[in-house]
Amino acid sequence: MSDITDFETDADTGSEAVAERRPPPEAPRPSGLGPLGWLRWAWRQLTTMRTALILLFLVALGSVPGSILPQRGQAPEKVALYFKEHEDLAPVLDRLSLFDVFAAPWFAAIYLLLFVSLAGCVIPRAGVHYRSMRARPPAAPRNLSRLPQSATFETDASPDEVLATARAVLKGRRFRVDVADGSAASEKGYLGETGNLLFHLALLGLLFALGVGNLLGYRGNIVLTEGRSFANSLNQYDEFTPGRLFGADDLDPFAITLDDFKATYELKGDKRGQATHFSADVRYRATPGAAEKRHDLRINHPLKLGGAKIYLLGHGYAPVFTVRDAKGDIAYRDAVPFLPMENRNLTSEGVIKAPDARPDQLAFYGILWPTAVASEDGKQIVSGFPAPVRPVVTISSFKGDIGLDSGTPQSVYKLEGIGKTLQPVKGGSKLLEPGETLTLPDGAGSITFEGLKEWTSLSVNDDPGRIPALIAAILAVAGVATSFMVRRRRVWVRAGAGEAGRTVVEVGGLTLGNPTTEFDDIVTALRDEHPATQNKE
Amino acid sequence: MGNADLANLSDKLMLTTVVLYIVALYAYAADLGFGRRRAAVQERSKVLAGAGGPDVEEAAEDHEPSADAPRRVDWARLAVLVSVLGWAAHLGVIVTRGLAADRWPWGNMYEFLTAIAFAAVTAFVIVMWRFGARFLGAFVMLAAVIALGVANIWLYDSVGPVTAALNSYWIALHVTAAIVATGAFTVSGVATILYLVKIRTEARAAAGGGALAHLPSAQALDTLAMRVTTFAFPIWTAAIIMGAVWADEAWGRYWGWDPKEIWSFITWVIYAAYLHARATAGWKGRKAAILCLIAFAALLFNFFGVNYIFQGMHSYA
Repeated sequence: MSDITDFETDADTGSEAVAERRPPPEAPRPSGLGPLGWLRWAWRQLTTMRTALILLFLVALGSVPGSILPQRGQAPEKVALYFKEHEDLAPVLDRLSLFDVFAAPWFAAIYLLLFVSLAGCVIPRAGVHYRSMRARPPAAPRNLSRLPQSATFETDASPDEVLATARAVLKGRRFRVDVADGSAASEKGYLGETGNLLFHLALLGLLFALGVGNLLGYRGNIVLTEGRSFANSLNQYDEFTPGRLFGADDLDPFAITLDDFKATYELKGDKRGQATHFSADVRYRATPGAAEKRHDLRINHPLKLGGAKIYLLGHGYAPVFTVRDAKGDIAYRDAVPFLPMENRNLTSEGVIKAPDARPDQLAFYGILWPTAVASEDGKQIVSGFPAPVRPVVTISSFKGDIGLDSGTPQSVYKLEGIGKTLQPVKGGSKLLEPGETLTLPDGAGSITFEGLKEWTSLSVNDDPGRIPALIAAILAVAGVATSFMVRRRRVWVRAGAGEAGRTVVEVGGLTLGNPTTEFDDIVTALRDEHPATQNKE
Repeated sequence: MGNADLANLSDKLMLTTVVLYIVALYAYAADLGFGRRRAAVQERSKVLAGAGGPDVEEAAEDHEPSADAPRRVDWARLAVLVSVLGWAAHLGVIVTRGLAADRWPWGNMYEFLTAIAFAAVTAFVIVMWRFGARFLGAFVMLAAVIALGVANIWLYDSVGPVTAALNSYWIALHVTAAIVATGAFTVSGVATILYLVKIRTEARAAAGGGALAHLPSAQALDTLAMRVTTFAFPIWTAAIIMGAVWADEAWGRYWGWDPKEIWSFITWVIYAAYLHARATAGWKGRKAAILCLIAFAALLFNFFGVNYIFQGMHSYA
């Protein structure tokens, strides 16, 4: 037991272990112990409570920069912005992995050390606990009156009778009882330690499940406009993050079509314009051959297909445009996803690229107001409501070379080379309502605002560690609650011959944590069975 | 009653609650300052000599001033009565607000903080009833008044629907657990502060005096803080886990190191460290108590700092 008491994590306030649990800080400076001795010393240090406490504190401290600085995993665009704004500081921070705190080597070092320390403490304790549950309860200490709870009384019953009663009373209270040498030893409340061990082992399991999910899973985002379909393959994703051990054939072969997207907004009061409900009407096939089914995809209600779950994350407007070139041919006709510039009333911006226009390629920059109203000073257009009550688009035109042929990938939300390869068209700006057309000067072409569609951003996520993590988490809560509610208790009863043929009964109790009234109940039960004689204590 | 009337009633009850809590605060403070001091001090030394157990408060009824003594104000009774009335009004605030909005009444920061203050007062009423911890009254009332003041002055939001993402039954589970745990952690934080004050004065001199004489022993305060934390910790753990399950339903991942998630985790880790420190020789007492206060500070920061300083998925303000 002495080896184990160094690692106690329990609220063990019993006097027995307090002195031993303190790690021997001065004593075993291992001089001349050789590498094995050093290892043993290092292991003992690592598995002490003090080390575990320091590591716990370091985990907490190490997490703090993750909330202060932007993180690549969550907001890569904010990291890029930070680099721009803090040119000198950012590279230094980056070298310390402070933009990837939770994937940083130093963070991994802390939590791995913590979990090794935990395992080194909990696993031996599990063995000890298993043996102690099967072993006989520890024999009675010599002096029961020194225990935190004790009582003495005398009776006329014989010692054997008293011990038989003690056994019955304690058994009745579901103690494990062992009667030998004129005393009864009993113990109960093993569940407390079981819960404690379960909690710590479940935490190890949780970490393992997190790791499995990160290695085998994947996550991807797609923007899907009404009327469009998406088949689950790599080239369809706008953004894709695979786990290290993920292979492309791990993608479940489903396909989804977005028929209609509806957002509901509060119409009245000071919460006017707040979205209350989103709903995407989709059709899907779980596998290419399967029957097509309908589903109402909503926030908080993902669609589960194979191992993957599909989530509705965001939405926006995709105005439909037709672009005609100088010859009058249709150079482009499609819905173009615009990105919201503000989230309250969904003023959005986007670009239209018509690389097929001849002789010059045409490009347009547009701002969309779903509900166009005049601003308070009457000088500007603003959006007054997020739903498309009176949609208006303002268009600025450009011609020249869009730069798509150069081979360098371009964002579909940005124009490049303005003022260099792309020249603004004079007189090429106009406000358009649905159905209206802007005709460019000098017969350069035209653009028509046909109408408005909506897009949704969907997230597809496959995490095989999800269910194991949930089970581990539930076990952890159950374990920690049990360990706090159930305390180990020991009760000893000794009966010996006293004066004048009477029997002296001593009862002692030891409870981890705070003493309970259970002990008094046991003493009362014993006394009631064997009424005390006159000179009771 | 229409929704607007209910919302109005909720706001009126809020005013009632704050006034009652302020009165209770003065009454508890008066009780600490000059309520039956002599008798209490004598008796307490008896009760706490051995145990350090639950009996942290003197048995009040045994020490009624003798009949011939001039009748004085029974501050303790007044305080308990007024604070329980305040508690009932507070409950009314939350219920009418929920009815007015036709949803769980913790959908924005105002409602959330109101509910946390309610949980803290509830936790206090329970420890007062179970463990006789009436001495906490003045301090918990102070915390509640501050919380409600902040809620009304800076966070007030009229009744309305929640954002679409919050429209889920998980709000009833995840947020409720967070509220209950936060309320209990507040009580443990108050007890811990008193503990730290008490060990300083105990170290200086055993001579009692002033309001501090009316507090139970340092050990009893320490035990109380530990007990309440032991109650709150599993609930906080469950709140985090239910949050993860909800995040998995709503955002497509159960853990994404969002600022709120990070600070919940930090809070959890420090409370775990506190619970372990309490059981470790060399860390008991003052060091453990300081850990408890750091954890409580992290909890508060998680509420205010994360919502108002950082941009994250929990920024509903």
